[in-house]
Amino acid sequence: MKKRTEYRTQGVLKRISGPVVTAVGLDAHMYDVVKIGHEELMGEVIKIQGEDIIIQVYEDTAGIRPGEPVENTGLSLAVELGPGLLTSIYDGIQRPLEVLVDKMGDFIERGVSAPGLSHEKKWEFVPTVGAGDVVEAGDILGTVQETNIVHKVMVPPNVKGGKIKKISGGSFTIDEIICTLEDGTEITMLQRWPVRVPRPTKEKLNPDIPLITGQRILDGLFPIAKGGTAAIPGPFGSGKTVTQQQLAKWSDSEIVVYIGCGERGNEMTEVLTEFPELEDPKTGKPLMERTVLIANTSNMPVAAREASVYTGITIAEYFRDMGYDVSLMADSTSRWAEAMREISSRLEEMPGEEGYPAYLAARLSEFYERAGRVVNLNGTEGSVSVIGAVSPPGGDFSEPVTQNTLRIVKVFWALDAKLSQRRHFPAINWLDSYSLYLDALDDWYDREVSPEWNPLRAWAMGVLQKEAELQEIVQLVGSDALPDEEQITIEVARMIREVFLQQNAYDPVDTYCSMSKQYDMMKAIRYYADLARAAQASGATPQQIVSVRSKNDLPQIKFIKDYEPALAKIQEEMAAEFDAMRAA
Amino acid sequence: MKEYRTITQIAGPLVFVEKTEPVGYSELVNIVTADGTVKRGQVLDTSDDVVVVQVFETTAGIGRDSGVRFTGETIKMPVGKDMLGRILSGGGQPIDGGPEIVPEKRLEITGAAINPYARGSPEDFIQTGISTIDGTNTLVRGQKLPIFSGSGLPHNDVALQIARQAKVPGSEEQFAVVFAAMGITREEANYFMADFEKTGALERSVVFLNLADDPAVERTITPRLALTTAEYLAFELGYHVLVILTDMTNYCEALRQIGAAREEVPGRRGYPGYMYTDLASIYERAGIIKGVKGSVTQIPILTMPGDDITHPIPDLTGYITEGQIVVNRELHRKGIYPPINVLPSLSRLMNLGIGEGHTREDHKKVSDQLYAAYAEGNDLRGLVAIVGKDALSERDRMFLEFADLFEDRFVRQGLYEDRSIEETLDLGWELLATLPEEQLVRIDRELIQKYHPNYRKKAQG
Ligand SMILES: Nc1ncnc2c1ncn2[C@@H]1O[C@H](COP(=O)(O)OP(=O)(O)OP(=O)(O)O)[C@@H](O)[C@H]1O
Ligand SMILES: [Mg+2]
Repeated sequence: MKKRTEYRTQGVLKRISGPVVTAVGLDAHMYDVVKIGHEELMGEVIKIQGEDIIIQVYEDTAGIRPGEPVENTGLSLAVELGPGLLTSIYDGIQRPLEVLVDKMGDFIERGVSAPGLSHEKKWEFVPTVGAGDVVEAGDILGTVQETNIVHKVMVPPNVKGGKIKKISGGSFTIDEIICTLEDGTEITMLQRWPVRVPRPTKEKLNPDIPLITGQRILDGLFPIAKGGTAAIPGPFGSGKTVTQQQLAKWSDSEIVVYIGCGERGNEMTEVLTEFPELEDPKTGKPLMERTVLIANTSNMPVAAREASVYTGITIAEYFRDMGYDVSLMADSTSRWAEAMREISSRLEEMPGEEGYPAYLAARLSEFYERAGRVVNLNGTEGSVSVIGAVSPPGGDFSEPVTQNTLRIVKVFWALDAKLSQRRHFPAINWLDSYSLYLDALDDWYDREVSPEWNPLRAWAMGVLQKEAELQEIVQLVGSDALPDEEQITIEVARMIREVFLQQNAYDPVDTYCSMSKQYDMMKAIRYYADLARAAQASGATPQQIVSVRSKNDLPQIKFIKDYEPALAKIQEEMAAEFDAMRAA
Repeated sequence: MKEYRTITQIAGPLVFVEKTEPVGYSELVNIVTADGTVKRGQVLDTSDDVVVVQVFETTAGIGRDSGVRFTGETIKMPVGKDMLGRILSGGGQPIDGGPEIVPEKRLEITGAAINPYARGSPEDFIQTGISTIDGTNTLVRGQKLPIFSGSGLPHNDVALQIARQAKVPGSEEQFAVVFAAMGITREEANYFMADFEKTGALERSVVFLNLADDPAVERTITPRLALTTAEYLAFELGYHVLVILTDMTNYCEALRQIGAAREEVPGRRGYPGYMYTDLASIYERAGIIKGVKGSVTQIPILTMPGDDITHPIPDLTGYITEGQIVVNRELHRKGIYPPINVLPSLSRLMNLGIGEGHTREDHKKVSDQLYAAYAEGNDLRGLVAIVGKDALSERDRMFLEFADLFEDRFVRQGLYEDRSIEETLDLGWELLATLPEEQLVRIDRELIQKYHPNYRKKAQG
C-alpha cells in the first residue's frame, strides 16, 4: 500500500447545487472549514465519499463554477470568545452585522469575512491571580469590565495549566499575551472554540432555582428552572416570539443569548432598537449590556442558519463558565431542523419522517443536553437555560420536530391559536402546558415567596380544570342551568384567566410582574372566592355574588406600578359588599 | 458566446446539457430553437459532466437540435425611472407597445438580504380607510401583510381599495405601486388595470403580468423582478412603494411543479421542503433602511385551497409575514363587505405604529377590547344554536348582540368609503358603549373616562 506522504489542502470544485457543493483533489476531515472558489466563500465539510468532499456553503453560491479552487483550512467551525461579545449582533457564523454594514453597506453581500471580536480594541485587564500561583484549565486569571458585566478571563479548557511565570494587568487587545506559564504556554484573552463541541464542565447539578421571568403564567403555573429546558410550540402568530422576547427582557439571568434562527429581519431590528432603552428591573442597567444577539434571518443562507444555534449555545456556555446564569432563546428550532432537512435532501440521504433526516432526534437532544446548571472547571456555579420555539406546520403538534423536542425538554408551554385569536395573551394553554420542575422548585417558592404559594397555585389549577369540565356542560345546556356552586366556580375561573393569566406584553407596567405581585393578585382572587363561598352558604344567589362591583376593578391592578394601596382598597370594598349582601 | 448542441434530456421544464465548459451555478441561459426563437432559463445544478437548466417558458420546440448559450452571468433586471407607468410581462419585457426601458442599472433579481442591523424600525401608520385594518390590524410602512382569501371572494376589491386609499396622514412623500400578477386570469388582470387607469394610479405604477396562460415557470421570477424594481424605486429613488403580489398560490404551484420535475423528495402535500426558505426570499424583501428615504410595503394575496388556513401555502406565508388579513366566506355570504374576519387576522407591527404620536392613545386598548368582546359574542353563537337564546344569561345576550353590531357597523363599509382613524376609533367606542362599563376590563379607567361616549356627552354638557 502506498503511504500518503502529503496532506492535500488544495482542490477544485466538481459540482455546485445550491448550498451544497462537491470538491475533489483535496484531503479533509468531517466539519473542516473550507474556502470555496475565487471569492473564498466559507463552507464546512459535511460528507466524505471516496474522492468527493461534500461541503455546505455559508453564503450564496450563484455564479460559482466547476473548476474553481477549494482550500481546506484544516480548522473546524469555531467562534471567537473573549471581551466584546456583549451587545453584539452576529450572523449564524459569528460575523458581526454592524461591521458588515461598514464593509458592504445595507445589504449582505457575500465573500466578506469579519472576525467575531475586535482585535484592535484594548480592554483593561485586572489579574486576580499572581506569578507563582498554579492554575488549571478553566481557572479565572482576571477580569475585564466589559459592559456593566464583569468578563472573567479564563485559562482555555483545552490548556493544561501550570505555574504562572508572569501575569500583568493593564490595557490589552485580545491577541496580546496577558499571562505566561512556567512551561512557556502563553495565554491571551481570546479563546477559539469549535461550535459543535460542548465546553467541558465538572459536574451537573440539579435545577432547583426557578428562572423568574415576570410572566405570571410562567412563574406562577409552569416555571422553568435555571439550567432547565423549555419548548414553546405554536402556530404562526400565537406568541412564540413575543414570549421569547419577554423572557430575554425580564428573566433574572445575568446573560441572555437570543438566536433569531430563520425568522424575520424586522424582529431582530425590534430587539436592537428596544433593548438599549429597557432597564433590568433588578439592576437598573440597560438590558442590551447583558445580551448577545444572533440573527440569521429566513432569507439568509440556509447552511449558516444550521450553524447559528451552535454558535449561540457555545457563546452561552462560555459565559456560564464564568459562573453566570445564562438563558438562551432559539426562535425557531423548526427553522434549524428545516435547514438540516434541506441540506440532507441535497445530500440525497435517505429521509426519515416528513423528509427530516433520521438524525433529527439525535441533533435536538445533543443541543438541549448542552443546557444545565453545573459546577464549572474553575469551581464556580453557572447555568444555561434553553428555551426553544417550535413552529409546527399547520399548528399540528404531532409533527416530528415538536414531538422529538417534547421528548427531551422538561417544560412545555403550549400556545393555542384559539386563545390568540381571542387576544388572550400570553396564549399559553393552561390545560395542555406542564412543567416537570414543579416538585424541585416547591422549596424555593415556600422559602422565597410564601408557604401559602404552593397550595394557592394548586387551588388555581384546580379551578381551571373544573372550569374546563363545566364548560363542556355549558356548551350543551347553557350556563344558567348549572348549580349555584358551579356558577361561582365559572366566575372565579374567569377571574383567574382575565386577571392573573392574561398579561399584556405591551403595557409598560404589566409587561413585568414581580413574584410578590403575582402572589398578591392570586391571593386577592382567592379572597373573593372565599367570600363568595361563604355568602352562598348563607343564602346569597349566584347573581348577587357575580355582580359584586368591586371585583371588576381587579384587572386594573395589572396596570398600576405601586398597586398595594389600590389592591387593599378593592379588598376592603369586596368585604363591605359581601357584608351588605349578608345584611340584606 | 459559445453555443452547445449537447442537450441529452428534456423533462418538464428541465433541460440537461453535457460536455460544456465550466458553467456558473444560477447563471442565465439562452436556448435557441430550430426556428430561431430564444427561450430563457437558469442553471439549477452544474458539474463537470452535466448542467441542469430550468427553462422559464414552455419547452415546446426545444429538442436535441437546439442550441444552448450560457451567458456567464446571473439573471439581472434592467431598471430605470421611466419604468413608472409601464406594463411588463411576467418575464420583464414591455408588453404595452411602448419603447424599451432605458436601463439606468442592471440589478441582480435574487436580491441580497437587508442586514438586520441596517433596518429601520417600521412605525409609520398607513391609513387604509378600512376600519378592520386601521382599527384592529393596523398596517405600517415597511410591513409585509398578506391577504388570505378563498376563491370567489372579493380580495381584489379589498386590495384595490387599499391601493386607492392608502396614505400616511400628514405626509406628502412620493409613493408608487408595483403590481405583480402571477397566473391570474386576463379578466382579473383587466379589473385591476381598469381601476388603476380610472384612478390615475397607473402613472405611478409598474405592472408585471404573468397570466393564467403564460408559462408557469416564469411565475417563479415574476415576484423577484417586481421586488427588484420596488427596491430600486424605494432605496435608490426614495419612493414609498406598495407591492401587490397576486396570486401567491399560483406561484407556489409553479414551485411544486418544478420540484416534481426535479424528482425531489417532496415535503407536505407535495410542496418542496425548501418552500419556506423560497417564500422568505420574497416576503423578506420589505422594510425600511435607516437613513434611506423610501420604503417597501408588501401586500401579497393568496387564495387558501379549500379555505384551509393550515394548508402549506397560507401556513408558510403566515410564518414569514408580519400578520395576515383574513377574508372570510361566511361574512361574504352574509353580504358584508369587506368580509374581513378580524379574529384570525393579525398585524404584528401594529404596536409600533399606533398610540400617542402615531394614531391615538386609546387605540391599542380599544382594539383589544373590541377583539375580546367580538370573540366572546361569536363563541356564544355556537351555544345559541344548541340551547336557544333564552338559556343565555343577560351578560351573554349583550355580547351576542355586540357581535352582530360589530359586523354590521364596524366591519361593513362601502367600497369607496374612506374612514379616518378617528372615525374608526370613535365607532369602536360607540359599539363598546352598548356593553356595561364594568365589562370593559381591557381598558384603563382614565381612557374610559376620556373617550367613552357616556363621559364625553357629560363633558360636552
Ligand atoms: N404576551 C402578549 N401580549 C400582548 N400581545 C401579544 C402577546 N403575545 C403575542 N401577542 C400578539 O401576538 C402577535 C404574534 O405574536 P408572535 O409574533 O410572538 O407570534 P409567533 O408565534 O412568534 O409567530 P411566528 O411563528 O409567525 O413567528 C404579536 O404581534 C402580538 O400582537
Ligand atoms: Mg415568531
